[in-house]
Amino acid sequence: MNIQGSIYRRLMLQLVGSAAILAAILFLLFQSFARQLAVESQDTTLQASASAILESVSVQQGQVVADIPYAALAMLGNVSDDRVFYQISLGTEVLTGYEDLPRSLDDTSWTAKYRGDPIRLVKVSRSLPINGSLTTIAVTVAQTQDGLAQKLGEISRTAILIGLIFFAVATILAVWAARSSVRPLNIVAAAVSRRGPADLRPVTTPVPSEMAPLTQALNAFIARLDRSLSQSEDFIAEAAHRVRTPLATVRAQAEVTLRRVDKEENRVALKQMIRAVDESSRAAGQLLDHAMVAFRTDHLERSKLDLRAIIKEIVERQTPIADLKDIEFVQTTAPDCIVLGDTILIQNALTNIIDNAVKYSPHETVITVTLERKGAEVVLTVADQGPGFEADNIDALTDRFARGTNVGQTVGSGLGLTIANEVVKAHNGTLTLTQNTKGSGACVTLSLPA
Amino acid sequence: MRYFITACLILWTSMAHTYEIEAQTEFSVEGATSTLSIISTTDTAVFAPVIANFQVANPQINVTYTAASSSQINTAIVEENAQFDIAISSAMDLQTKLANDGYAQAFDSGFIALVPDWGTWRNSIFAFSQEPATIVLNRAAFEGQKIPQTRAELITLLRSQPEKYEGRIGTYDVRTSGLGYLFATQDSRTSETFWRLTELMGQLKVKLYCCSSDMIEDVSTGEITIAYNVLGSYAAARDDLAEKIIIIEPQDYATVMLRTALILKDSKAQRAAGLFMDHLLSEAWNDQPINQGQNLRRIPLGPGLLVFLDRLKRQQFLQEWSSAIFQ
Repeated sequence: MNIQGSIYRRLMLQLVGSAAILAAILFLLFQSFARQLAVESQDTTLQASASAILESVSVQQGQVVADIPYAALAMLGNVSDDRVFYQISLGTEVLTGYEDLPRSLDDTSWTAKYRGDPIRLVKVSRSLPINGSLTTIAVTVAQTQDGLAQKLGEISRTAILIGLIFFAVATILAVWAARSSVRPLNIVAAAVSRRGPADLRPVTTPVPSEMAPLTQALNAFIARLDRSLSQSEDFIAEAAHRVRTPLATVRAQAEVTLRRVDKEENRVALKQMIRAVDESSRAAGQLLDHAMVAFRTDHLERSKLDLRAIIKEIVERQTPIADLKDIEFVQTTAPDCIVLGDTILIQNALTNIIDNAVKYSPHETVITVTLERKGAEVVLTVADQGPGFEADNIDALTDRFARGTNVGQTVGSGLGLTIANEVVKAHNGTLTLTQNTKGSGACVTLSLPA
Repeated sequence: MRYFITACLILWTSMAHTYEIEAQTEFSVEGATSTLSIISTTDTAVFAPVIANFQVANPQINVTYTAASSSQINTAIVEENAQFDIAISSAMDLQTKLANDGYAQAFDSGFIALVPDWGTWRNSIFAFSQEPATIVLNRAAFEGQKIPQTRAELITLLRSQPEKYEGRIGTYDVRTSGLGYLFATQDSRTSETFWRLTELMGQLKVKLYCCSSDMIEDVSTGEITIAYNVLGSYAAARDDLAEKIIIIEPQDYATVMLRTALILKDSKAQRAAGLFMDHLLSEAWNDQPINQGQNLRRIPLGPGLLVFLDRLKRQQFLQEWSSAIFQ
């Protein structure tokens, strides 16, 4: 599976990221708005103060008199504990107040540094007739910004709190949104993975419209799989049947003919023909088995199997054939050999192994079948006294259609061990081919997890 | 006495300074590790017990106490850059201007919770006593007479017997006394009766004084009969004169001055200054009932106090006052 990223994570990241950006914007907007308001309110007070002072300036007998109202400065003290500076000037001449206060040409409010601290200044002016000519009287009132800074600090804390609350709520909503977006996917996935191996019905779980194409594609795929599976099984069964039936006819005819002909060379030819037919028939049968094994290993139907019972049954079935060659079975089986596996496959594999042993055993020999429990494994050993495996190609014997070179006249397809090996692998077991340690012969060891 | 405290009076003779310091007193202790330098308008004798108490709690600190007038304090700090750690003054306006113009430093006192809101400004100026301006009368002269309780009653009395009180009234010369100027300007803000009274006093050839103590002295001797805007605390402190004077808090309104202290920006002994300020505030506000008489008009700390310090405003006020006094 090629997994790249996660919809849930991406959704979460995008939603939480957007929430963080929005919270930051909210914080900045709130702060700048509040700052503007605070500065405006300070300006308003300064403006009122400056205007009141300007109003108190008059000309008496050609002399400029400034009678600063007490409230003009006291009102600034009511708003905050900030330091207050003022200046009254006539043209360029400073009449009274703080002479070194920063100046501005226009009537305006501005921020400057004075005696090491930032101050907010407001300047207002008007013209007064002095000795016949109009002269500009300007009043500047200034205040430090400690109160403003303190107020802004409080506002910032509030803004941060609001931003954090917004972010927290948005994050909770993001988790909820991401979860609910991914939920239909999980529901469908769970519904599909809960199914048994043979369940190839279409998915009918309700899905949102965005998932409809995926579900349709999945359903179409399941249908195709179902069709092709049943077609393949049918085809193999049909093929094997079609091959075996005419072969059986040919074999019967050959047997009949064998009884009628007396000429030795013809009899040999017919015997060879019967042998070839047997081989073909057997191959067809095993091909069918192999195809069946291949399909079943994809979808193992596991159940508890008692290997002892299975072996007993197979040995009983093989006994008549073995008797023909005076071959004796020696069984040693332990009772607690239960494995989890597919009955048909295991039966097939074990049949192939024991059938092989019977097939390759010479007359009047012994086949030893041992079933025992070794720790977490159940081990089956089948040993015969036949020609054994050739040491140099022992590993290749489990390949398809591979046969030993020492098989002689024995009929075989080269599929028996392949089938056994594939079944064992599908059950997480191992199949080991060795030479019989007690004398000559082959030894097949099969171990399966108990 | 557990601590060897020497109080030695040193007359200020240095020629390097243009401001005149009335007296400098050293309160030294043996083994002191630092010296706290205080400049104050309060008479040394009045303040000595406070310093003694402070040194009992903090025996490692020497105190140099310099008594000066409020304007001298202003000159010393603003123009001369004189080295002091704490400035104590009855002139709230000048103290406010010092703080406003950046000569004071903020101080976070552990006792700030004791100090009422109106008792501090910018965490720099701290009030430690409330002292009303009173009218002090000669007890003998008012024997068997109705005592005036308000300014209006005083005006009526003066008008009814001008010949009796001519030359027998005293008040601050606001041109030279910072506290007198503060009381007068605050009076002028409060009521028109101030100007009527001032004019009347002018007509009756009022005697002008620099200080409350001189007025109290003269009232007690009978040199004058009535003294207007005298610091009540000074008058009350003169137990020896209690039989000779009557102290009146005017019932129409009594201006209440807050005596304040501030730590100067250039203080070299900040730790000692902080300890002293804490001591001052805890002593002052621990058990002091906050005076709430209906007639008491407390002068609020704040930038409003800068208004009458304005050059033009002062010029105008003094002009008006002079024309009322010198007719």
